[in-house]
Amino acid sequence: MLKIEHLSTSYKTIDGNIRVINDLNFEIYDNEIFGIAGESGCGKTTLLKALYDIVEFPLQIDSGRVILSGEKNGTPFSYESGKIRNTWWNNITYVPQAAQSVLNPIMRLKHQFLDSIPKEDRKNETEEQTLKRVARYLEELSLSPDLLEAFPFQLSGGMRQRVIIALATFMSPNVVLADEPTTALDVVVQRGILMMLMRLQSQLKNTVVLVSHDMGVHYQVTHRMGIMYSGSLVELGKTDDIFNEPLHPYTRMLINALPRVGDKSQKVGIPGRPPALTNPPPGCRFAPRCPNATETCRQAVPVFQEVRPGRFVACHKLNREVV
Amino acid sequence: MSEKLLEIKNVSKIFRIGGMLRGKKLVAVDDVSLDIDSGKPVILSIVGESGCGKSTMYKMILRLYKPDKGDITLCGKSYSDKKGYDPLRFRLDVQPIFQNPYETFSARKRVDSYLFNTALRLGIAKSRSEAERLIDETLCSVGMSLATVKGKYPAQFSGGELQRISIARALITRPKLIIADEPVAAIDASMKMNIVNLFKEIKDKYNVSFIYITHDLSTAYYVSDYIATLYRGCLIEYGPAKEIMDEPAHPYTELLMNAIPRVGDKWNKELVMPDTEEKEYAISYCKFAPRCPYATDECRQKRPEMTFLSESRKVLCFHPLIKAQALAKEGK
Repeated sequence: MLKIEHLSTSYKTIDGNIRVINDLNFEIYDNEIFGIAGESGCGKTTLLKALYDIVEFPLQIDSGRVILSGEKNGTPFSYESGKIRNTWWNNITYVPQAAQSVLNPIMRLKHQFLDSIPKEDRKNETEEQTLKRVARYLEELSLSPDLLEAFPFQLSGGMRQRVIIALATFMSPNVVLADEPTTALDVVVQRGILMMLMRLQSQLKNTVVLVSHDMGVHYQVTHRMGIMYSGSLVELGKTDDIFNEPLHPYTRMLINALPRVGDKSQKVGIPGRPPALTNPPPGCRFAPRCPNATETCRQAVPVFQEVRPGRFVACHKLNREVV
Repeated sequence: MSEKLLEIKNVSKIFRIGGMLRGKKLVAVDDVSLDIDSGKPVILSIVGESGCGKSTMYKMILRLYKPDKGDITLCGKSYSDKKGYDPLRFRLDVQPIFQNPYETFSARKRVDSYLFNTALRLGIAKSRSEAERLIDETLCSVGMSLATVKGKYPAQFSGGELQRISIARALITRPKLIIADEPVAAIDASMKMNIVNLFKEIKDKYNVSFIYITHDLSTAYYVSDYIATLYRGCLIEYGPAKEIMDEPAHPYTELLMNAIPRVGDKWNKELVMPDTEEKEYAISYCKFAPRCPYATDECRQKRPEMTFLSESRKVLCFHPLIKAQALAKEGK
C-alpha cells in the first residue's frame, strides 16, 4: 500500500518556490482502484510524480514522505521516497499522460518489451522464452501476439495505449499509477481500456491509482477517490458515497456539471477559475468560488478531517456540524 | 424545394494510401447526405469514434478538401461552381472553431490581433475604432471584454477562456454557420459546460447554426437538435437528438451510448473493440457487421440501404432495433 505522510512539494522558479502540493496525508490501500480527480493545475500529476519518486529539479519535496510497502512472493518490502525508484517495474509502474507518444516509434515492440523487463526477472531465460511469456500475456489481455513484431507507428492510439498498459502490468506490480490514461481517446476505446484496467486489477489484486478529470470515469472505475483542489485534497471517501452525497461544495459542483443522457435540463459549469498558486488566497482556497463561503472561510484554512468513518472533508461548514 | 442553409448531397471522399499505382483506396467519406434548413438556427452534431470520417467532413464543408463525388451547396450556391465562388462571402458565412485552443492561437502573437484582423481584413469594420466597438460587443456576449483581452498573449489565458475568444472571433463576421471540431475535448470538465451552454445562447442570439463535431455523446445530447452518426465514413443514423438518444435504431449508436462513462448505471457488458481501420473501410458489406451483436448472414453479404423510420429519421441497417421501428410505425 501507499502511505502519504504530510507531503508537501514545490517547484523552484525565479519568483521563488511555488507550493503545488500542500500537506497531503492519506493512504491508498491494497487491492483497490483509487481515483484522483480535479481540474488541470490542481496538482494531480505532481502528486503522481511524488508517488513514483521522479522528484527532479525544479520539483522538490519540502516535507513529508511517501512509503510504498507490501508483500511480493511472500517477502515483505518497504520503500520510502528516494528509494522507490529502486523498485520501478517490479513493484510500481507508471503509465504517463499522453502514453501514446512514449513508445519509441522506430523500435519493434518486442525490443521495447525486452528493454523494460529487469534482468533479475528473466533469470536464465533466453530472449525467445521471455518473448513467449510476453506473447502469452498479450493473449490473456485479448491483444494479438503479432503486435510484438510491429512498430508503434503502425498502431492506432487506443492500441498503443493498451500495449503500454500491458507493458506496465507484465511484471504484476503491486502499484500501477495511471495518469489520464484515456484522455486523447474516443469513448468506445476509452471504455475498452478502462475495462481492461479493471479486469487486470481484479486478477492481480493490486493497487491502481487512476488520475482523471472526468468524474464519469471515476464513477465507473474507482473504488475510493480523492478530489483535489489547488494542491490539497478537499474530499476523500468511497466513490459511491461521494456520488450519492457529495459533502464538499466543490465536489457537488463537479458532479452537477456532468451532462447526462436523458436529461436536457440546464447545467452550469463552475464559475470563476482556480486561484493562482503563486499567490493563493488566505483561508479556504475554494472560498472565492464557493456559493456559501463565510468570513471564517476567507480567513482560516479548513482542516482535512474525518467527518464520517472513512470519509474525509476539508470544509468549515461541515466541520462545525461535526464538532 | 425549400431553402437550405447547407446541403450535402451524396458526398464521397477517397484517399489513396501508398503509391500512385500500387496504392490502396480508402473511402474516408462514403455517400453522405445531410442538410440544414435555413429557417430556424439548429445545432447539428456529427458523432462517431476516431477514424470515422468526422474531420474529413469538416474539412470538406470548410472547402479545404474537394469532394470526389457529390456536391455541397451553401445557401443555394454549389461548391463546384468555381465562377460564382466568392471567397470573402464564404468566409463571412462560414467560420470554424478548432479543437485545441492552445494551437488555434500562435503563442507569439497577441490574442487581440486575431480579433482585429478578422474584423478589419474581412471588411466588417471600416476603422479601428469601429472594430474595437464590434469586438468588445462580441466578447461581451461570450462573457469576456476587450479590456481583459487587449495586449495579452495566449499563455496568459486558461483553455476555457481561449476557447471563448475563439468563439468570439468566429462571431465577428456574423456567420450563418459555425463549424466546431471537438471544441470541448481539450477543456476541463468544469469548464466544458460553460462552453457548451454558450453555443446554445449564441445560436438564438446571433441566429447562427452550428455543426458540432464530437465523440462525446453526453454533450452532443445536451446541446444539439439533430444528431448524425458516422461509422467508417458512412452516415448510419440521422434524426432528432432526443429520439436518437432515447431509442437508438442502429446497433452502433447503441454501442456508442453504452460507452459513455455515465453516473448512475455501471458498466457490466464487455464490448467489441474496433479492428484496424483500413480493413473495416474496405469491407463491401455492412461495415459494422463484424462488431455487430445482431448481425445476420444478410448483413455479411450486402450493404444495407438507407431506410426512413419517420420523416426526419433515417438509418442504414437491415435490422434497425425493434423498439425504434415500432415507435416510427406508431408515428405514421
